[in-house]
Amino acid sequence: MNPAFLGLITIALGVGGCVLYFWGSNQILDKVIFPAKGPQAGQNINRANMVRPWLFLFPAIFALGLYLAYPVFETLRLSLTDRDAGGAFVGLANYNQMMAEPKFWEALRNNLLWLIVVPAASTAFGLLAAQLTDRIKWGSVAKSLIFMPMAISFVGAGVIFKLVYEARPADQNQIGILNSVWLQFEGGIGSFLFLQALPALMLLAFAAIVAYVGWIFVRPIAESKERGGGKGYVPLRLFVGAAALYLVYLSLTSLVGVFTFDYPYGEPQTWLTIPFWNSFLLMVVLIWIQTGFAMVILSAALRGIPEETVEAAIIDGANPFQIFFKIKVPQIMGTIVVVWTTITIVVLKVFDIVFAMTNGQWETQVLANYMFDKMFRANDWGVGSASAIVIMLLVTPILVWNVYNARKEMK
Amino acid sequence: MDSIAGSKSSLGWAVNISVVLLVALWVFPTFGLLVSSFRTADQIVGSGWWASMFPSEQTERFRASDPDENRVQRGDLFVVEGNIFEENGGGGDIQSWGTSSRAVDAYQPGDVADLGDGETFTVDADGNYAWSGNDEQISGRGQRAFVTAISPPEFTTENYVNIMTSGNDTDNMAKAFFNTLTVTIPATIIPIVVAAFAAYALAWMDFPGRAILIACVVGLLVVPLQLALIPLLKLHVGVGIGKGYLGVWLAHTGFGLPLAIYLLRNYMVGLPRDIIENAKVDGATDFQIFTKIILPLSFPALASFAIFQFLWTWNDLLVAKVFLIDATGQTTVMTDQIVNLLGTRGGNWEILATAAFVSIAVPLCVFFAMQKYLVRGLLAGSVK
Repeated sequence: MNPAFLGLITIALGVGGCVLYFWGSNQILDKVIFPAKGPQAGQNINRANMVRPWLFLFPAIFALGLYLAYPVFETLRLSLTDRDAGGAFVGLANYNQMMAEPKFWEALRNNLLWLIVVPAASTAFGLLAAQLTDRIKWGSVAKSLIFMPMAISFVGAGVIFKLVYEARPADQNQIGILNSVWLQFEGGIGSFLFLQALPALMLLAFAAIVAYVGWIFVRPIAESKERGGGKGYVPLRLFVGAAALYLVYLSLTSLVGVFTFDYPYGEPQTWLTIPFWNSFLLMVVLIWIQTGFAMVILSAALRGIPEETVEAAIIDGANPFQIFFKIKVPQIMGTIVVVWTTITIVVLKVFDIVFAMTNGQWETQVLANYMFDKMFRANDWGVGSASAIVIMLLVTPILVWNVYNARKEMK
Repeated sequence: MDSIAGSKSSLGWAVNISVVLLVALWVFPTFGLLVSSFRTADQIVGSGWWASMFPSEQTERFRASDPDENRVQRGDLFVVEGNIFEENGGGGDIQSWGTSSRAVDAYQPGDVADLGDGETFTVDADGNYAWSGNDEQISGRGQRAFVTAISPPEFTTENYVNIMTSGNDTDNMAKAFFNTLTVTIPATIIPIVVAAFAAYALAWMDFPGRAILIACVVGLLVVPLQLALIPLLKLHVGVGIGKGYLGVWLAHTGFGLPLAIYLLRNYMVGLPRDIIENAKVDGATDFQIFTKIILPLSFPALASFAIFQFLWTWNDLLVAKVFLIDATGQTTVMTDQIVNLLGTRGGNWEILATAAFVSIAVPLCVFFAMQKYLVRGLLAGSVK
């Protein structure tokens, strides 16, 4: 049969079944079980209204419970059992086995890098794009174009960037734009500006942002104990502060590397096979996709800033940079945090980019892909579940924070 | 904020230029792929896509046609004549040519090259060549020559025709296209219907445990779907659904629900209380209120989530790989087929680029047509 026709029938069955449930169950409730007529009409209506919320909620609760809540516990159980031994309980053996594998540590290390770089860069670019496009006439067109990658699949983006990173032998025309640009550098003043001064500047900016974020977290401790959610948060704040300090140290030491590194000018590079740096080239893909999302939300937040505060700053003689960093950014801090966390969640769950572009070769493995490898290639469900639990552990702080915030809003 | 005195600063130009650069940086990669998908395989490997807009100078090697079959006797000489563009494809304006790889631009069009002992070779500007010599010289393989020509930009839609209608099984995307549609449409509609009812219950109906349920939904927002893969695959196989459309719809429904309920509830809570209470006083049941009042009023939120879920299911790879694609390969979706193409056709950019663009085209159209709603939905969910 024609695949289009077959698809159409399947679609009709699926959607029809769903609509039928809601319509049918309410009809049965109102007409058959508790009909709104006869001697007990009033009582019946009340009874029907007690049952109805659950009728409305049942499919949602069922699907949520089955597809999200139950797997958390089931995966935890599976991670403690061995499939080959018929599902026998093996304690932490899977975790031990996983931790003995260098690939796992590579995946964890890469994942942490992704978690730091992608949300930070997407939010920074998004903020920059939001601020710049809000001030010009053709801003909405520019916004749509920057937002566009949102619609492109990770796999499609993988193909797009594979073409960008494509390398061909030195004696042929380069068809990847990155190599084509790379071959323009020959060690002169242009190379110094773009390959040493610019990365150094970006590293410095990154160090500054991280230091600032770390300071925001640590400041309440330094100033007074009362602010910022009480004593329970002190370890978290110290942890974030320490992590920020480490990242600042890391970026400052890489700064030295930027200036002492011996660039292989004039040779086309196979970018995706250069260990360590290839991870960053994969991250570029996700940053490219997520920046539009950050931009849209941050732009709305920027528009929500009361004009009076900005006007007051202008009258006091603040320059545009001061207005941006001292007036606007602090006021939209809440939104920045929301954007940051949302992108963090995307990073943790994402798997397609690495899967499509390198499949974890050349030291680009990430946890989600490692897990897929273990489950469906090595068929080792125990270790696969164990690594899924590791991903869950990484998300848990965000989960707790989300629920805490939601409950605060309800009250 | 242009109305404020002094805000129109000298930075205006700098801002415009930076935005142009930023937009260029963001559009360039996609544009490159789009251009590549309209070029032939030879053009793609011959030059970067950015060069395809301009007449390009290309040096190509070719051979004169087989002398044993094509030579013509003129007096005591033998001659092979032909046109390189007719025989090898392409076209353009010949700038220079040569007979050795060390001097590919040794001669101007129309020059006659002396190959020694009376053997000559000539190429004119239109690609007509003549190779003449004695019986022994004009034999064996055709004379080799290098031609540098400026060819006009050339585009073709042949790649798209190939990908959608013909080609072998691994290249043909038509089936995968319909499979993707079959996955996407119910996987977009079912969660919306389910979530809309649940969101209404959570927003406007009174029952015990409502607050806990809302907290659960918020918590489940971040649960990685990776956890669900093994237990649910086991379950699907266990209850007999196996790998198939029903399983993948249910999975997408489950994974999309938290965000859907969260977005829709946030929106519905904001609707005016009076309307709902008036309807109740008039004797409407909650089912009637929901279908006749709330659903039409919630259209913006429903549309925004619909777009979200559509993009997410259309672009999904992981869920389809685990819950849908079986050993027969009959139910493969486009993302999976592209990943396979990346493996088998890594260097064939004309196929890869076109396949990727076929899969990108539909979400891009939806995105640009419905962008307004998408942004509105994003804002409803993320900014308080």
